[in-house]
Amino acid sequence: MGSLKPAGAHGQDEFGFLATRVDELVNWGRKNSLWPMPLGLSCCGIELMAMIGPKFDLARFGAEAARFSPRQCDLMIVAGTLTWKMAEAARTIYDQMPDPKWVIAMGVCSSSGGMYDSYSVVQGVDTILPVDVYVPGCPPRPDAVIDAIMKLQKKIEREKPIELLLSGDAVGEYDGGTKRFVRAPNHGIPTTRSHEYLAPGEWKDR
Amino acid sequence: MAGTNERVAAALQGLAHEASTGKDGMCVVRVAAGDAKECIRRLKERAGFETNTFVTGVDRFPKSPRHECHWQFMSVEHADRVRVYAALPGDEPKVASIVDLYPGAAYAERECFDMFGIVFEGHAGLKRLLMPEEYDHFPLRKDFPHHGIEPDRLYREWDRRRCERAAVSDHSEIADQ
Repeated sequence: MGSLKPAGAHGQDEFGFLATRVDELVNWGRKNSLWPMPLGLSCCGIELMAMIGPKFDLARFGAEAARFSPRQCDLMIVAGTLTWKMAEAARTIYDQMPDPKWVIAMGVCSSSGGMYDSYSVVQGVDTILPVDVYVPGCPPRPDAVIDAIMKLQKKIEREKPIELLLSGDAVGEYDGGTKRFVRAPNHGIPTTRSHEYLAPGEWKDR
Repeated sequence: MAGTNERVAAALQGLAHEASTGKDGMCVVRVAAGDAKECIRRLKERAGFETNTFVTGVDRFPKSPRHECHWQFMSVEHADRVRVYAALPGDEPKVASIVDLYPGAAYAERECFDMFGIVFEGHAGLKRLLMPEEYDHFPLRKDFPHHGIEPDRLYREWDRRRCERAAVSDHSEIADQ
């Protein structure tokens, strides 16, 4: 982004001007003012708090303003084990966040179900949410999540908001938050942990 | 514990039951499903078992009858415990609730219903405790795969509720954005 502020000595107007591309300006604004929605579901939540606190100081990246109202947030950090019982609430919170919005899956539980290979745990929040960045770790260190936020900032830099706006598809590639409860597209990858029904005689060791 | 079996036998005088001593030395009483509540009432009123420790189920899948319901009671006064169990016939097991005798059993019965699908008749608020209410399966039954079953009905139910919310909400852009 180019910034030119004419000096008063040139005798032009006092207010100055700014020359840039709209896309870059918008992306610059978005990436440096991510407001996280801290969905602290288990132990990852503790690391999340540490990350926002003074020692790791997320304010350096403009993302320290954690808000507990989804209306004020544009970055959902799913920190911890998402159970099926909580899944509807998580999805509702995501839907209530205004566009544009991003999701970080923090920790293995939210990335893939982690060690909870169980009927009660959602095997990866990408089952119900479109995830931008996955952070491994159990729980990940705050540094790792900060790294994820920096990666997300790089991702936001590459977005083309004006193009999206003009194409009339402002929601983006993922038709999230619309009426139908659709599964996130990146969940199409078959895993060995499929939820196929097995009769007792067909149980097999993994 | 000396004396427990005698006390239990005296309390259950005239009620068909089968008492034994379990491997852990605890007094174990087997009753018919229909007599379970009467048995528990007598244990409470006559034998002093005033605390319900747990209510749980057992699934002996290939066998028949498949389901069992187990209750354990404790007497603080006598410092001993007794376990009562009843085999529940049929694929849809049901047994009388003991909430009116032991209010604390309400949550235990809900959990037991959630995990084993045992219906406790007379329980005023018998709904799922741990799993989502729309869940179709009973996870601790033996024929339930431990990976779980994709809860498709959950998706449909959430979808329906989201549409309902959108219809009544002033902020209809929640669902329509």
